[in-house]
Amino acid sequence: MNDSILKTLTVSFTVCLFCSLVVSFAAVSLRDAQNLNKLNDQRIKILKTAAIYDPAESIESQFTRLTPKFVDFSNGLLLDEFEGLDLVTYDPVYFSKQAGFSSPIPPKLDIAVVKNKENIGKIYLLKDEESQLEKIILPIRGYGLWGTLYGYIAIDKDLNTIRGLEFYEHKETPGLGAEVDNPKWKALWDGKKIYKDGEIEIAVIKGKVDQTNKMADYQVDGLSGATLTSRGVTNMLAFWFSESGYRETLNKINYDS
Amino acid sequence: MTVKKYKEVLTKPLLEENPITLQILGICSALAVTSNLSVTLVMCVALTSVVSFSNLFISLIRNYIPSSVRIIVQMTIIASLVIVVDELLKAYDYETSKKLSVFVGLIITNCIVMGRAEAFAMKEKPFISFIDGLGNGLGYSVILIAVAIVRELFGSGTLMGYEILPLVSNGGWYPANNLLLLPPSSFILIGLMIWGIRSYKSDQVEVNEFKLSKHATAPDLTKSELNA
Repeated sequence: MNDSILKTLTVSFTVCLFCSLVVSFAAVSLRDAQNLNKLNDQRIKILKTAAIYDPAESIESQFTRLTPKFVDFSNGLLLDEFEGLDLVTYDPVYFSKQAGFSSPIPPKLDIAVVKNKENIGKIYLLKDEESQLEKIILPIRGYGLWGTLYGYIAIDKDLNTIRGLEFYEHKETPGLGAEVDNPKWKALWDGKKIYKDGEIEIAVIKGKVDQTNKMADYQVDGLSGATLTSRGVTNMLAFWFSESGYRETLNKINYDS
Repeated sequence: MTVKKYKEVLTKPLLEENPITLQILGICSALAVTSNLSVTLVMCVALTSVVSFSNLFISLIRNYIPSSVRIIVQMTIIASLVIVVDELLKAYDYETSKKLSVFVGLIITNCIVMGRAEAFAMKEKPFISFIDGLGNGLGYSVILIAVAIVRELFGSGTLMGYEILPLVSNGGWYPANNLLLLPPSSFILIGLMIWGIRSYKSDQVEVNEFKLSKHATAPDLTKSELNA
């Protein structure tokens, strides 16, 4: 009886209809909570990079301390609006994959294997109570061992001192390359310098930094057993602080203030 | 049906008929999600709820499922439940859901769920099917939790994220075992468990499918026979 064609079709159809109703109900009713989670996850990383994250306070209100700005990579200018793009929701990583909003990086300059770069970036400015610039938070990304590392770096108002580094997505080996998430290692970055006489000198070296070395301010301990990840982080910084990255913007900020 | 029967259906899969160590099912996720105990716990809850509810729903409509499309009907129900669980995780435990990534979705292909639907829920009443799903989910969980405890404790020196053995790299004394952070280490751990359980419960040892016969010696051939 169960195997008649009519019965087969009816049962399959009813099961599919019922299941699709359940699935769509779950997807629609939970969508807001999910999007909020995704947004907050990013925001927490940015707040952590800026070293102002306080888990007790609402993320929303903490995030208002940061001012987002567009960066026009063609001339390094900071903009408040750009051709109808929404400054709050703009996602540079998403737009780096959209035709018309991104351009390929010439292989010779592409030391961090970023491949496509968005034409318009987005950075955050942290200002103190007198609305003086305190820190700048820049998104960075680059290839490690298994995939691209995505993160944020905070630099001081002197535009040369690193104040924090956080990665929010990577595929590095647990226990080795994934130690980029180790709080001890991340703490090493605070106070390191980027440019020396106009050259990018910041690097993750092999082994421990010799503090007596005059370059010690430009070097960070390597991750043991993760030479390629360490090199990836060095290349990433070398790329994003070069002319292909934020260098021009940093010069402009310097000039303005 | 008596209470005793329910109890048996619930507790047998924990050790005696454990889906992982006896039936060797669901190994894929046992390797992938056990490097961290808190992530493992969420995975166990996710799988247990999927297998219990899929058993319940399949058993409810078991008398109406045409045998020609029964696997597809079961898969539809299982897949829907997995999507719902995945969506719930993304909404209420985003951190863990990020760490579990595709492995929640892969519960669909977990042989335990399909196996219980075919072997139990298609024949038995809804409530006892639910209990059977619960038992098998717990059996899966017991093994995963055991593997995760070993892997997290000796691989990263922590349990549920709390430091137990201070690592050398954080200024402590314990040199971490990096092998335990990699998926293949679960193979070794599960293998050792199966060995342990089977030496304790020797009825789980599988009978050899065939016996090796004794070596036969080749007949002596003369040179002319070989050339022929």
